[in-house]
Amino acid sequence: MIITKQKNFDDLLRILENDPVFLIGCSECATLCHTGGKDEILAMKEALEKRKIPVSGYVVLDPACHLQNNKRMLKEYAKELENINKILVFSCGNGVQTIAELFTEKEVLTGTDTLFLGEISHVNEFKKRCTLCGECLLDLFGGLCPVSQCPKSMLNGPCGGSFQGLCEISPQVECVWDRIYQVLKKQGNLQTLSVIQKPKDWSKAGEMKRRI
Amino acid sequence: MNYRSNLEKCLSERQFAITAEIGPPKGSDAKKIRDKAEFLRGSADAFNITDNQTAVVRMSSFAGCVILLQMNMEPIMQMTCRDRNRIGLQSDVLGAAALGVRNILCLTGDHQSFGNHPAAKGVFDIDSIQLLQIIKNMQDAGIFQSGDPLLAGRPSVYLGAAANPYADPFEAQVDRLWKKIDVGAEFIQTQSIYNVEKFSRWMDDVRSQGLDKRVHILAGITPLKSVKMAERMKFHVPGTDVPDVVFQRMKNAIDPEKEGYAIALETIRELKLLSGIHGIHITALFWEEIIPVLVKDAGLTTRI
Repeated sequence: MIITKQKNFDDLLRILENDPVFLIGCSECATLCHTGGKDEILAMKEALEKRKIPVSGYVVLDPACHLQNNKRMLKEYAKELENINKILVFSCGNGVQTIAELFTEKEVLTGTDTLFLGEISHVNEFKKRCTLCGECLLDLFGGLCPVSQCPKSMLNGPCGGSFQGLCEISPQVECVWDRIYQVLKKQGNLQTLSVIQKPKDWSKAGEMKRRI
Repeated sequence: MNYRSNLEKCLSERQFAITAEIGPPKGSDAKKIRDKAEFLRGSADAFNITDNQTAVVRMSSFAGCVILLQMNMEPIMQMTCRDRNRIGLQSDVLGAAALGVRNILCLTGDHQSFGNHPAAKGVFDIDSIQLLQIIKNMQDAGIFQSGDPLLAGRPSVYLGAAANPYADPFEAQVDRLWKKIDVGAEFIQTQSIYNVEKFSRWMDDVRSQGLDKRVHILAGITPLKSVKMAERMKFHVPGTDVPDVVFQRMKNAIDPEKEGYAIALETIRELKLLSGIHGIHITALFWEEIIPVLVKDAGLTTRI
């Protein structure tokens, strides 16, 4: 899931400059991480109206990153969109761009910062799990990804800075290498770590388009 | 035997080697590093020139090494993987070798969040083990990381790496040492040692795998200059182990500087007795003037 957080409300007020606005949310990731679901869009509508910013309407796209589906869904809102110049989107950065493609004559503004691809670990807690590197190495490391979870993306073992299983960068972060050792030890597969991993082929992360 | 560097010669001929660290200045004044180097002349067999240590911007290690070469002193160029990708690193290896650098220490590097530009994007295209392997292949096989051949001269450098006997998870650190040796590390400089007992247990592991026969290990020494420094080393520097007894000695000392010096001297004496230790690597943080005295009092000699 793409994890986002809402931008600071005061910053949003600044970019809106009291102009009327149409709000867009997303039914998938932004709903699950409570940044752009129906509840959050309604709360935003209310907060903006309290500040005397007219909200011409809103929609929660299903999902915001689907270009053709967006065209279809947004047809219903032609009237609400007709006289406004600003659309404020609460989805990931992908959703914002997909919507911007449809409204080149309007300002499509982003209401969120897109943080990472991660899991829902607990209610309201999300953890980074993938950097979309284009060549999955999970099978080498007991299903744990050092490319995305180690701040130095180390492929040949831990840096030596962790303390009691926590990363030197932040005690909020578990050392993924500590966990890799634990898991592979449990599986009796520690010997897989003796393979020297070659430099990663980052060209695989450079894919810009895919068609099937 | 044709040695690539003085350091290689010392270690290969089984002399107890000394290396010392010189941090380049936070500015472009060459005199600053020249003065430091001149003061340390004769106190070590080779001098590590750090590469933006703790991710704080300083004069480049490459430039610092060239300044030492101009003074007829032997540098060890430290290279981290934090600020350059494989293209930049390989290019600097060629440049440094062309200008006479004969020792390179390969490090992954401290994370940028610790330094004075925490907003920087860390590169980490490769890690220290991969860097060692790349330089080894440039040297022995005449190929770049991509497999492309070198066309005009192979770098001839003595390759080193770091080891941390105190890091978690413990078994991983011996694995990493083994990997570093396997890909081409010829000498190892360890993390600063205050806990000799734990270090000697790590050395038991190292010896039991025969690793001390395949690489020269230089044990790290960083004299504690103050209680504040002991506190920082004990509680804030990742991967350092200052045992309570050492910490108490510093705290109770009437003259902490003198006590820190005494601890360093005792540690060197104990380390010299450990089988498999082939030298001492001194990093005297903000206390470089202590190095010549320490080397003399510890009964160490250099061969320059």
